[in-house]
Amino acid sequence: MLTVRDISKSFRGLKAVSGASFEVPQGAIVALIGPNGAGKTTCFNMIAGVFAPDTGKVLFEDKEIQGKRPDQICAAGIGRTFQIVKPFAGLSVLDNVMVGSFLKERTRAGARSVALQVLKKLNLDAKAELPASSLTLPDRKRLEVARALATRPKLLLLDEVMAGLRPTECDEIVAVFRDLNRTDGLTILLIEHVMRAVMALAQQIVVLHHGEIIARGAPAEVVRDPAVLECYLGEETEV
Amino acid sequence: MNRRAALMLGVLLVLLVVLPHAVNAYVLSVATLILYLAYTGQAWNVMMGFAGQLSLGHSLYVGVAGYVAGALFFHYGIGPWAGLWLAIVVCVAFGLAIGFLAFRFGISGVYFALLTIAFAEFTRIGFDHLAWTGGPGGMFLKVAQRDAWDLLNFRGPPIMYYYAMLLLCALAFVVCYLLLKSRAGYYWQAIRENEEAAQALGINTFRWKMLAVALSSAMTAVSGVFFAFYYNNLFPEQIFHISRSIEIILGPIIGGVGTLFGPILGAVVLTLLSDGITEALAAMGWEIPGVKQVFYGIVLLVVVIFLPHGIWPTLARRLGLSR
Repeated sequence: MLTVRDISKSFRGLKAVSGASFEVPQGAIVALIGPNGAGKTTCFNMIAGVFAPDTGKVLFEDKEIQGKRPDQICAAGIGRTFQIVKPFAGLSVLDNVMVGSFLKERTRAGARSVALQVLKKLNLDAKAELPASSLTLPDRKRLEVARALATRPKLLLLDEVMAGLRPTECDEIVAVFRDLNRTDGLTILLIEHVMRAVMALAQQIVVLHHGEIIARGAPAEVVRDPAVLECYLGEETEV
Repeated sequence: MNRRAALMLGVLLVLLVVLPHAVNAYVLSVATLILYLAYTGQAWNVMMGFAGQLSLGHSLYVGVAGYVAGALFFHYGIGPWAGLWLAIVVCVAFGLAIGFLAFRFGISGVYFALLTIAFAEFTRIGFDHLAWTGGPGGMFLKVAQRDAWDLLNFRGPPIMYYYAMLLLCALAFVVCYLLLKSRAGYYWQAIRENEEAAQALGINTFRWKMLAVALSSAMTAVSGVFFAFYYNNLFPEQIFHISRSIEIILGPIIGGVGTLFGPILGAVVLTLLSDGITEALAAMGWEIPGVKQVFYGIVLLVVVIFLPHGIWPTLARRLGLSR
């Protein structure tokens, strides 16, 4: 469904991502992991259209999408969340989500009913009328997901939605994603530090380090990969 | 809007319709001014209050529209109904030019506001040197007899201008209400709150911001045409002056930016208080030039400190119209 082919991006000569390639098959949940500064968010931003890759291609449903604007990417069927949540603070929770659902629904009533369904799925329906600014961080993260889901994406990009959540909250939201994946056939690409969530969700893991992909495969294999262990824990040394 | 609000609005409308028959000429002129500022504030609010694009140069649209319709009437005897459309087209063209420059090249916030001031200023200088409209000496429309309603040429007694403005205010209110409830309203507010997040939700922010500017400038153009035919004189130094732009935006800011009642309430409070003070001082035999501006400053300070969202949100809560 999504093919990232040999993309690179430098910021003022500093290579953030160099020659990364990976695929997200239809219906899969793929996790992109790596230490801080590995280039995960840069990868994400290139897919989501925040900036274009210097070289390489991004294909979504066999169409090249690199260099398109974020709104075009979203309209093509890729929804995203932000690592630092960006709620429309002055609007109610419901109105926040309705902004998303207006992408596919032209009427207010239609947008409202889609938004309410999404809120229910994320257990935010009781807070629909509250101003978004009054939400706690876990709820804001959920709102971020709800808003993206309301645009009815085929592929959802999640940028560290579990960060800062307690283990139980994390498990709750993992269950929601699993359900979305199984029942609605939603494809998910997530950046995540919380390994608890990654191990529970991902069918495939791609590991980035210094802007390059150093490992990929099923979760159980990747976490035993010496290269991965090295970049996370440091080299084995004789004492 | 709940039932209580609708009821109050209905009562207010009836009162405003009856008002001219119960007051003298002076009060009527103040009421017309209030409605004029309320309408123009509503137009400005579409851009700033809804879409979050701060214009400090709305006098540009008032002036350009006034001059376009005024000059057509002055030189060719073409009535305001035809002139209005041309005025709207020209103002929208100005608005889109500013919007394109700003949004295409990523100028936002304070810099966008500065750009709007710049446009108003250089248009003022342009009209100062345009002999066709009388240059700095101004342009005067012929004042015909004032008791008969000549709707075709928009000449008539003060009460006609009052009702015209009341009608405009009511229309603008309904239009803004519907806009806020529509997809456009949601998209504008999303852009106002967080442009990056709005874009990530599939909103072509450039297009929607341009739409807000176009609508706001078109609505303000109507104000300009009214201004020309109500006051019958136009001076670049006056009509394009930044104090005019400030006057337009003070109402909505004091009343409540982004709300439907804010511009109306703000216009009422500001005009009544400032005219009241000027009158009271005059009655005591004091004539202090600039007292109005000082007063505006004080009101603005008080509102910004104590009611940063304007008077309306607090008042609405007190009246039980919102949470």
